[in-house]
Order: sequence, then C-alpha cells, then structure tokens
Amino acid sequence: MAGEKEKVVAAAGGCCLRPFSCEQGLLSRPDGSAAFLQGDTSVLAGLYGPAEVKGSKELPDRAVLEVLLRPKVGLPGVIERSREQLLRQTCEAVVLGVLHPRTAITLVLQVLSDAGSLLSCCINAACMGLLDAGLPLSSLFCGVTCALDPNGAIILDPTTRQEQEARAILTFAIDSPERKVLMTTTKGSCSVEEGPCFPP
Amino acid sequence: MTRSARASSPSSRPAMKATPLSNCERRFLLRAIEERKRLDGRQCYDYRNVRVSFGADRGCCIVELGKTRVLAQVSCELVPPKLNRPTEGILFFNLELSPMAAPGFEPGRQTELLVKLNRLIERCLRNSKCIDTESLCVVAGEKVWQIRLDLHLLNHDGNIIDAASIAGIVALCHFRRPDVSVQGEEVTVFTPEERDPVPLSIHHMPICVSFAFFQQGTYLVVDPSEREERVMDGLLVIAMNKHREICTIQSSGGIMLVKDQVLRCSKITAVKVAEITELIQKALENDRKVRKEGGKFGFAESIPNQKITTFKMESAAVDTNNVEEQAEEIITKADPPSEVFAKPILHTPGTAQIGEGIENSWGDLEESEREEAVEEEGESEATAFEVQKMETEDTSTLREAEKDEPIVLSDSEEEEVIILEPQELPTKARPQANLKQENTSKKAFNKRRRKKRAVR
Repeated sequence: MAGEKEKVVAAAGGCCLRPFSCEQGLLSRPDGSAAFLQGDTSVLAGLYGPAEVKGSKELPDRAVLEVLLRPKVGLPGVIERSREQLLRQTCEAVVLGVLHPRTAITLVLQVLSDAGSLLSCCINAACMGLLDAGLPLSSLFCGVTCALDPNGAIILDPTTRQEQEARAILTFAIDSPERKVLMTTTKGSCSVEEGPCFPP
Repeated sequence: MTRSARASSPSSRPAMKATPLSNCERRFLLRAIEERKRLDGRQCYDYRNVRVSFGADRGCCIVELGKTRVLAQVSCELVPPKLNRPTEGILFFNLELSPMAAPGFEPGRQTELLVKLNRLIERCLRNSKCIDTESLCVVAGEKVWQIRLDLHLLNHDGNIIDAASIAGIVALCHFRRPDVSVQGEEVTVFTPEERDPVPLSIHHMPICVSFAFFQQGTYLVVDPSEREERVMDGLLVIAMNKHREICTIQSSGGIMLVKDQVLRCSKITAVKVAEITELIQKALENDRKVRKEGGKFGFAESIPNQKITTFKMESAAVDTNNVEEQAEEIITKADPPSEVFAKPILHTPGTAQIGEGIENSWGDLEESEREEAVEEEGESEATAFEVQKMETEDTSTLREAEKDEPIVLSDSEEEEVIILEPQELPTKARPQANLKQENTSKKAFNKRRRKKRAVR
C-alpha cells in the first residue's frame, strides 16, 4: 500500500491525499452518524442532539456542545482530552447553537483505526456527522494534516511512518466559504513554511 | 414476579436520557408476540443477519447483528505472570457501552447492565478455556503475553451479548501476536518484517445465543431486538461451540423455565451456532486470501459502492510546487498585521510574558459550570490571541517566523505564554527565579486541582 502511494506521490511531483471515503447514516440509534476513512485511518462519528441537557451544563442562550473521542484500545487519556477540546472549539465555531438554546449536542467519535493524520480524520468525520444530523451550520469545514519532512518538503495526509519521520506536523481545520482557518495545531518545530490547504 | 422482572431490565440502563417505552407500545409489542409476529417481520426462531468486516490492523473487526454493531480490537503486551499461575498468559476482556450506541449510555460508568455483559463475556471466552493460555507463556514466572480484547458497542439495537461474543471470538481468531525467541535469559521480540506474527491457539469458538421469554416463559423469541428486550420477562443466554458443547448458560430476569424449554433452546442454539461458525470461518478465509494475494482490505472495502449516502474518492494528487510563492503572495497582499505583542511583562527577574495574562485552562478539561464560564472567557481570549494570528491575518505567524525568532510552536495549550531568554539580567539570578516561578505555578495548579475535586 505504502509503495503504491509513494508511486502516486512521485508521479504528482508533490503531495497527494490518500484515497478517502465516507458513509453517512450507517448507525440507526444516533441522530446523525458518519464514518470517514482516509487511507487506513478511519473514524466513526455518532451524534445526538439537540436534546435534553444532562446535569447542570445547560446554557441559557445556546446549545451545549460535547465532544467525546474514544480510543480503540484502553480508556481515553490526556491526548484524547486535548483533541476533544480542539474538536469542540472547531465545531462550536460552525454550529449555530444559538438556534437551539438550553439543549445539548453530543458528538461521539470512535477511532476505528489509526494510520496517521488521525486528528484531521476526526475533524472530517465530525463535519459529516453534523451534516447527517441536519444541524444548522454556518459553514462546512474540513481537516488537513501536513507533515514537514527533514528536507523541508511538505507531505499532505501523512501516514504513521511519515509522521514519525517528520520534523513538524501541522493540522488545520478550514471552513468552506472563505477557506479561513478555524483551528490549527502544530507539533515539532517549523519556520516560514505554509501548509497549502486545499479542502477535499 | 412480572413486575420485578420488568423493573430489573430497564433499571439496568441509566434512566437519564433514554426514552421510556409507552404503555401503548408495550401492549402492542406483547400482543404481536402472542400472535407470533415480530416488529421486523422475523419469525420467532429467526436470527438477524450477521455481517463481519475486518479492519486493516490484525485483530480488528466490526460485527453487525442486524443494526447492532460491535467493534473489537485485540492487542498484546509482555507482562510478568500472575504469581499463582506462572506458566499461563493473561487474558483481559473489556466491553464498553459507548455513548454513541444509545443516548442513555454514559461514558465510563459501570452500570448493572455493563457489569452483567462483561461477566458473561468473560465466562464465555475465558472460562470456556477456548484460548490456550499456556502457549502464551514466554519465560515461566517472568514473561507471558497479556492478550487484551476491547469491545465497543457502536449501535444498540438489542442482543448486545451475541454481537459482542461473535466480535470477540472473530477478533481473537484474526489476531496475530509477534513471534518471540528465547535464548538463555534473552527474549527477542520480532517485528512483523523480521518474522511472520503467529496466531493465537484457539481450541474452539464459543458463541452466545440469546432467547427472550414473554408471559412467564409462554412465548419465546430468538435474538431479541432492543424493543423486545424492553418488554421481555426473562432472558436465557446459552454459549455453545460447534461441537455442541455448552460453555455457559445463564438465565436472568427471574423467570422459571421447565426442563423442556431449556433443552429446546439448547437445540436451537446448536443450529444457530453451526451457521454462525460457518459464516465466521468463511469471513476469516476471505480476509486471509485477500491479504495473501495483496489485495485491498480494511474498512474502506466494506463500505458499499453505489449508495447515495456513501462517497469514495481515489488518491488525489495536490500540487505543492509553487506553494511558497503563493504563500509569499498572500503575505504581500494581506494587510499588515496589527501589533499583537504588547511589551513583555516582567513578573519576577528572569521571566517575561508577552501579551495579556491568560488563565491557563489546561487541566480543567472536565466541565463544570464554573469551568465553563471561565473557559468561555479564557478560551475566547486565548483563541482570539492564537486564532487572530491565524485567522484574521493568516500571516502573522509567518511574519513572526520570518523574523527567525526562537519561537517553538507546539500543540500544547500553553502556547500563549512564551518565556524569553533574558539578556540584560545577570545569569546567576536566573535559575533561582525560574525555580520559584515554577514552584508557584505548580502550587497554583495543584490548588486548582484540589478545588476541582472538592467541587466534584
């Protein structure tokens, strides 16, 4: 598989996204659900809401958005928590929660397999899930992960191995109408380089 | 008795958000069952369709039983064995009811239902001795393999236990552990490239089949759906392998069954188990073939084609050759970024802070009302600071970077606070001051932690 990808990359003379696919409405219980696959990385999103708020989290002027990221093995740890927060902030920027005050929207993301660029896959799954649930959104968004290899070349949608070799990994969430950056997170050190972000 | 049985089955779910079943619906379902009709058109002894799909990783599969869906993943680790069993590997099973599966499920809560299901899985897979634990021993008394099976319920449409038991045994059969060699004291674990990983030795495949009883056992239904589970009086679960050996049998709900009923159920189980085992073996064989021939495998292949709710795209090339020129262009076109950095603020000698002091929200991830309010402000400020750079000008980071400042971008939440190297201050004062600052911040953090706990 990896060899195949490298061939395509070589042919393109630059970067390439792995084949991606998406299926919506595959679960019967959630109000919205979507599976998003980027290469061998896949994330399943299930969404409930707008529904009754549990406990004392209720907000008088808008909907509460809760994001849960479940790893495949073991219990969610600090990395999952920090990703949950990033995802929540991204979704909050897009969901028109003001239209559903005093309700809760719960977005559960389940990692099905991780083969690199997991966060961007989560972002994409979240967007497709929100879309399937029919929630009012101000725009769509997508996630792109870029890795900078030691030579400074940009790799889009890196695999696990490419991520390990990379000098820096940058993940962006970009909205659809103006291609503005909704969220960005970086790992490693980088300088002038700019992630070229083309929404898929 | 009926009342107690009824009370026990819904109370095993948190009554929080789960929608209750109306009396009207309950009566309708029971009437239908009395007439030997089921809501989904099945006959009393019909099992729903079972579909098995494998992930790209070894030991990963999704089992669909009708609309019920369970994800299984097996992983392994070298650990010291238990003291009383020095030559046996360790098996660990964990079923999780993800909040994705039903709105009533809460993450990380040990409900009565969850404990019951986990116990049944354990009895079905561990106590039936279907996995040879002695073959998992590497060095007696020192190193053994721990096999961990994680099961996640993704969609709850009844009969979780059957779906979970199928997913569990399929994942265990699909799993390959790394090969090891022992030479004297030395244990070498081989990567998949060096030596082919080895499968677990599995003696037989126990599979659970559930029966729901209505009207004190007068009516019987195989593979109950979620609705049927809500109105049933009692449940009988039989775990059996294809050799017709009963591995586990459990009756719950407080109904009394006659011998004939149990015998009839075990006969039905034998038929169902034979069918399911055949299906599992076919699925495993298919996957093995595809992997051997180097074809495509993984979840992407199990997504149906030609469906309106699905979309596939092949590998897409993105031209990044002139990205830097483009970036340059954007920078030159963009308005000069507003001055984000104020003057560095000196708290104590040896430290400096840029920008407004922002309360660090790291470590306060659990939400409570107070936190929420703080976060909202803190976040909007924090993100304003961060995102402004990215979003409104999209270039300020570049600008910074261009100046070649020693700023390290990291994904930690503490990005806003940048400690600069002091230049004019005497060096000997530095470490002390830094230590002090660190201590105080740590203390503050601990204090907040404690406060949080008190709130909880």
